[in-house]
Amino acid sequence: MSMNRGGRPTSAQGGGTTDHPTFTGNKALQIEEPLLFEVGNTTKTGVDLPEPGNVENRLGDLERQSIGLPGLSEPEVMRHYVRLSQKNYAIDAGIYPLGSCTMKHNARLNEKMARLPGFGDVHPLQPQSTVQGALELMHTLAAWLLEMTGMAGVALSPKAGAHGEFCGMAAIKAAQLAKGDARSVVLVPESAHGTNPATAASLGYSVRDIPARDDGTVSPEAVREVLGPDVAGIMLTNPNTCGLFERDIVEIADAVHEAGAYFYCDGANFNAIVGKARPGDLGVDCMHINLHKTFSTPHGGGGPGSGPVVFSEALATHAPVPYVIQTGETYSLVESVEAALEDGEHPFGRQTAFHGQMGMFVRALSYMMSHGSDGMRQASEDAVLNANYIRAGLRDVMTQPFGDQVCMHEVLFDDTFLKDSGVTTLDFAKAMIDEGFHPMTMYFPLVVHGAMLIEPTESESKASLDQFIATLRDLTRAAGEGDTERFTGAPYHAPMARLDETRAARQPILRWTPDMPAEAAE
Amino acid sequence: MRYLPHTDADRKAMLSSIGVNSIDDLFADIPADVRLDAPLDLPPNAGEMEVERQLGAMAARNTPASSVPFFVGCGAYKHHVPATVDHLIQRSEFLTSYTPYQPEISQGTLQYLFEFQTQVALLTGMEVANASMYDGSTGCGEAVLMAHRLTRRSKAVLSGGLHPQYRDVVQTLCNLSEEPVEALAADPDGTEDIIAAIDEETACVVVQSPDVYGRIHDLTPIAAAAHEKGALLIAVVTEIVSLGALKPPGEMGADIVVAEGQSIGVGLNFGGPYVGLFATRQKYIRQMPGRVCGETVDANGKRGFVLTLSTREQHIRREKATSNICTNSGLCALAFTIHLSLLGEAGLMRLARINHANAVALADALTAIEGVDLLTPSFFNEFTIRVPGKGADVIEALAQKGILGGVCASRLSPDEKALDDLIIVAATEVNTDEDRAAYAAALKEVLS
Amino acid sequence: MAEYKYAESHEYIRLEGDVGVVGISKYAQEQLGDVVFVELPETGKVFSKGDEAAVVESVKAASEVYAPVSGEIVEANGELESNPGLVNEDPEAKAWFFKIKLSDKGELDGLMDADAYDKFVEEQG
Repeated sequence: MSMNRGGRPTSAQGGGTTDHPTFTGNKALQIEEPLLFEVGNTTKTGVDLPEPGNVENRLGDLERQSIGLPGLSEPEVMRHYVRLSQKNYAIDAGIYPLGSCTMKHNARLNEKMARLPGFGDVHPLQPQSTVQGALELMHTLAAWLLEMTGMAGVALSPKAGAHGEFCGMAAIKAAQLAKGDARSVVLVPESAHGTNPATAASLGYSVRDIPARDDGTVSPEAVREVLGPDVAGIMLTNPNTCGLFERDIVEIADAVHEAGAYFYCDGANFNAIVGKARPGDLGVDCMHINLHKTFSTPHGGGGPGSGPVVFSEALATHAPVPYVIQTGETYSLVESVEAALEDGEHPFGRQTAFHGQMGMFVRALSYMMSHGSDGMRQASEDAVLNANYIRAGLRDVMTQPFGDQVCMHEVLFDDTFLKDSGVTTLDFAKAMIDEGFHPMTMYFPLVVHGAMLIEPTESESKASLDQFIATLRDLTRAAGEGDTERFTGAPYHAPMARLDETRAARQPILRWTPDMPAEAAE
Repeated sequence: MRYLPHTDADRKAMLSSIGVNSIDDLFADIPADVRLDAPLDLPPNAGEMEVERQLGAMAARNTPASSVPFFVGCGAYKHHVPATVDHLIQRSEFLTSYTPYQPEISQGTLQYLFEFQTQVALLTGMEVANASMYDGSTGCGEAVLMAHRLTRRSKAVLSGGLHPQYRDVVQTLCNLSEEPVEALAADPDGTEDIIAAIDEETACVVVQSPDVYGRIHDLTPIAAAAHEKGALLIAVVTEIVSLGALKPPGEMGADIVVAEGQSIGVGLNFGGPYVGLFATRQKYIRQMPGRVCGETVDANGKRGFVLTLSTREQHIRREKATSNICTNSGLCALAFTIHLSLLGEAGLMRLARINHANAVALADALTAIEGVDLLTPSFFNEFTIRVPGKGADVIEALAQKGILGGVCASRLSPDEKALDDLIIVAATEVNTDEDRAAYAAALKEVLS
Repeated sequence: MAEYKYAESHEYIRLEGDVGVVGISKYAQEQLGDVVFVELPETGKVFSKGDEAAVVESVKAASEVYAPVSGEIVEANGELESNPGLVNEDPEAKAWFFKIKLSDKGELDGLMDADAYDKFVEEQG
């Protein structure tokens, strides 16, 4: 059987501290909050609405009698969600060093801009004459992205990174089918993000792994070895998920093109190189850009994201509808495949209703305009500087799977330094929570045992990084000295102790039901 | 630069700690001949005032829905969102947190997702729901793929009442994975016989109600016919407020329900971000795409919530995952769940009645105009009228008079010439008596 | 007691007449951690040696279980679907995954006996 657990424990062990129990179970600012369904009721509402007009009902015989949805008054709603919010960590509260997630500062100017009625309160199907400014914004964003990436075309509509990956790979498939050259295999390095193989598979491709060489990067020889007439393309992340720049990328791109295949670049880590290098100059045929990473649109607890895709000349014509064109002073949308064909393009289809994540377009452009050309370059440099500063601060006490070498915007450690300490990567991460930090990305990439991937981003000051480094040094000291209790029972000071994920997965309870006990007891 | 904390002295000190001479040493792996030496050809750093000026100018060239009598729908609806919603979703702890991978410090997000899943299940009349999809249309595509996995069949039958852009999304997905789709012709008159299209190869039937033209469908006989042939019924709802008035798809035999949740809490945003709702039966949860949150206990026996069933997902299953989806629509799901907590059943049902009453009043006012016919005898808050002449011209002429009067059906289906004279009109609680009167008066003028 | 044979991918098989009973080894279940879900093959399905026949999931990992020999599935252990924890409790007896009717008994010779497997695991560890 296959095993890709990477040494990760899965059950809840250890306990939090209950030294000074309170009557309510609350701990000062941490207040226990029941489920909405345990406090609301179906007759209560927090919205005052006028009396409906008196008309003859046209609902046929399909009227609904009841729903079972509880409501709350406005002050109760406010308190419920404020209390919930206080159980969350956030970028605004401290360093959030999740590798490959790019948790950088989210400027509130961007929120303000997205809420201008001219952007936030316009409908996607209004007459185009009434949304010229919205179309201009999309067109402007597209132009900025093209200049930054050195590419020829852009699709703005993909809703998130994985949706963008699908878009790029779909364009590759369409381009090859148009040439009568159907191919069946996509090359993906073992260190790739899971969305890459999942995307390739969803388009009917089989996935062929490319092994990494000892320094964590992909060699042109390894790529040539697995290239063949059946290979549609390669999906390569650059900088890669180990935080390293693929230095042979141009040679790899050449090899891929010689074999009649295309080069898809996963742009999740584009934030390291904005203003320093352009994917178009590296031989990339298409790349998605996570606006929620590189261009700081908020992660919002897991979305919404936005994943525009840039294309080379060869693929641009296959980009999906809709897209914006400019004729003189007027902007217009090409919304259907039929219209695009008349426009001389060959789109592979449509990926979503309407035009994409407009709210994210506004925020991203607001971020780009604020930074400007010089600021974005400086942001990339600071992101890389900060990751290397952490590397330098920890290299003598933690271990790096590919040796101590310069990294890009994130630095990767493995769990060799914890060997025989009785502390796992997971324990180490949970102890960071007690120290007031969000843990780094753990157990990713899968090719590294007990991986810890740290991405500080450019938003952290030197003082913040110094404190982070000092804390991790103290944790490595404690682990080395055998103070396992500090780790295996952690977190002790979080709103909750470790949760039993096994129980959640064995008997999934995915919703509240009326007969559910208010507080599940063990 | 206001977003960057370092001083030049900091940078210098840090480079020296790292043991390199210059920042360029850290970028040495980028081949020299492709490294950028000159700045990008883009404007330089700009202060808040300058950005506000430029973006404000673009925003000013659009007509916001609140500024005019507004009747545009077709999958996105103008509803009033209480001020509390936008305040709460902008709290730092919600706005600037990541997917809740560390449940000990993410219970805020996890609990609201659990509440969201419950609300969606209740609204749709289904057993379980996931933690949201990108939007209704992409959720619809994922539902079809899920039906393929569950039935091990490949053909999808799409009703002609399905939103044409949803149909295009499904068709694009299926074309690329080389699976057959039978899309029935546009059905503004409500005469299609979808049951006749279901056969032994059919994986799923996709039916929208109220459909894109506004017509309400009884899904019960379609579900029965699908099940008899071993196929699944996917019910699509693009106006979620309708479920405050209409029997939910779960009570009519639907196996999967996908819906656009934008109407509750989210706002128009020129098409996104929105929030897809995805609900199904308990027995299908392992084939359900997207994130899900489940209940458990912590090491002290205290109730808590975690993301669960993650082995279905791409970060573990890679090429064998149920879907490549990574993000959901977290913050929009939060807006949805807060707004729905404020409404409650009492508020939602009242809101739905107001919407219906306003639509009936508007339909009566418009069809009183000579030459205007109503195509949809049953409807919730949206209906279709036939006008003399080209619908697109009428919509444009109304816009010139400051009325945003709906969507010409041919905008969504440019290849269907028979739809040229149809206008799809939506009415919601935001419309006043004056708005309706203004619309009727303007339409009369335009048509005369 | 029937003789257990092991594959390098950690499946065991023990013979009951011309039917092999297949599961995952005690060592494999320890490595996986708490098992939360098991996906079993349908009766009647035919596999070649090395094909993916089942899936076993812990919270953070999904692992394929390969057919250690070629043959046709004659029974799957439905109890694992409702009680996946059995794989941790009693992997090599009650928690068998499926029974397979061998098409070539000669394939058994390519597998390890218990002693060889123990040694193999030790070397791996």
